[in-house]
Amino acid sequence: MRRFRLAVAQIAPTLGDVDKNLALHEKVAHEAISKSVNLLVFPELSLTGYFLKDQVPSVAVSPQAPVLETLRNLSHRVAMVVGFVEEAPDHRFYNAAAYLEGGEIRHIHRKVYLPTYGIFDEQRYLASGGRIRAFDTALGRMAILICEDMWHPSAVGIAAWDGAEVILCPSSSPGRGLGRAEPFQNAGTWERVIRAYGDLFTSFVVYANRVGYEDGACFWGGSEVIGPAGDTRAKARYLEEELLVVDVEPGALRRARIANPLLRDERMDLTLRELHRLIREHAGLPDGERGEPVG
Amino acid sequence: MHELRLNCDTVCSVLTGFIDNEVRKAGFERVVVGLSGGVDSALSTYLAAEALGPQSVWAILMPYRTSNPESMEHATLVVNTLGVNSLTVDITPMVDAYFASFPDADNVRRGNKMARERMTILFDHSARLGGLVLGTSNKTELLLGYGTLYGDMASAINPLGDLYKTQVRQLARHLGIPAVIVEKQPSADLWAGQTDEAELGFTYEEVDKVLRLLVDERWEAADLVAEGFDEKFVRAVYHRVRASQYKRRLPVIAKVSSRTIDRDFRYPRDWGR
Repeated sequence: MRRFRLAVAQIAPTLGDVDKNLALHEKVAHEAISKSVNLLVFPELSLTGYFLKDQVPSVAVSPQAPVLETLRNLSHRVAMVVGFVEEAPDHRFYNAAAYLEGGEIRHIHRKVYLPTYGIFDEQRYLASGGRIRAFDTALGRMAILICEDMWHPSAVGIAAWDGAEVILCPSSSPGRGLGRAEPFQNAGTWERVIRAYGDLFTSFVVYANRVGYEDGACFWGGSEVIGPAGDTRAKARYLEEELLVVDVEPGALRRARIANPLLRDERMDLTLRELHRLIREHAGLPDGERGEPVG
Repeated sequence: MHELRLNCDTVCSVLTGFIDNEVRKAGFERVVVGLSGGVDSALSTYLAAEALGPQSVWAILMPYRTSNPESMEHATLVVNTLGVNSLTVDITPMVDAYFASFPDADNVRRGNKMARERMTILFDHSARLGGLVLGTSNKTELLLGYGTLYGDMASAINPLGDLYKTQVRQLARHLGIPAVIVEKQPSADLWAGQTDEAELGFTYEEVDKVLRLLVDERWEAADLVAEGFDEKFVRAVYHRVRASQYKRRLPVIAKVSSRTIDRDFRYPRDWGR
């Protein structure tokens, strides 16, 4: 990776109003350009809002849609990660985030883990993505994981083992649970988790959360950039809009990976063997090594 | 009780932000709130005054001839402390006119009628003043069904519905609501001498502990009993929550079309806002 200036757009999108949200993206992008930002990360579903329910098909677009073309054109001046509902040619709908750079779509991540419990209902409306990939950009090798994807350490592991130096996490996290952490109980969990990922995967972790309210749910903000030693590089305020700007540099990544060569020592072959065994066991199939039926 | 303790500064920010956001999204600038003199409506009014400014809050005081005079005093204290707009509408003539035809009605019918009379006045003033009706029902009342359906349970937005009664008190103390309001015996004041805790048969402190575990922490009733909670009490609370489920839902619709409202016609409340 090269040294670059990163920004998180901690915004409050308007639910279901793509035109209004596009205007907000353009405004924030111009502000970022004026601050010499190289990469601007928007939250999950930044162009549509989060609790869409039956509006999903109405706000969905293909990656070639004019709304993304407008932002693609702006990406000549600042690279961007933007969240949208992607409609595939087979009319499946994905919670997606696109990395836009130099007028091109460099990468699209489709959210893999769709939370459908508690306050969440994503699997009712959306299809699950089938890939986790790191990708090369002009700034370095990156991966995108959307919100709940990060609550599955295997997903973050794949991104890091695929060479990501910067893990970008657009999020729309509504506050749940009072009293045990500021501002909400789940915010405390997020803050622990992303620091641990910085440490364990010796990578930069960018957590881009939104603010605002939808149907009484409060998105708590608190976006962060965590360094490859689990250190806090920058943190946005809770509950308020902010453009969080911070410089990141390759030296820190190199030093972290020398001090903690965890990625070097990763045993992917062993992990894969054990995963094969677990998959067979969970399916009630015979154990390949022992040739015995399980259970 | 640790988990019922609030980070009050944060909760205030979230709730005032909620009021401001929901009111403006709906195209309004004001709220209308029924101010009874109790801690719940006092807290809603304080939060609204903080969120929108006192000039944008209309407190409607709606006494009945048997209401405890203390209730009016406490409501007036809130109005004067905050400098919000206020209006008093005596509901005695309309309630008494109605029950002149049904003189044998019991306290429950009379209480429900009063609550619904107040609701119609609030929604009329919502139209008159261009303000959303601000709710005052807390989570304890909503879960126990201790409120009048389409009466005090009716509102456009409710900042308190996810806070237990004991948490309402914490927040009220934090905001400096006068102790005479926060520390008095809670009462619906629908008839002389009525108190919530006498009517319910337990204290809010006791029931909030049980409700938090049953609802927020998803304990089974048997888990609570195994932890030493009184079985009869736990069963009674559980029964009340289950029996009042209908009060927390829209009227049940007979489903015959290919897409029924609220079952598979699902849009956010903030649709288009």
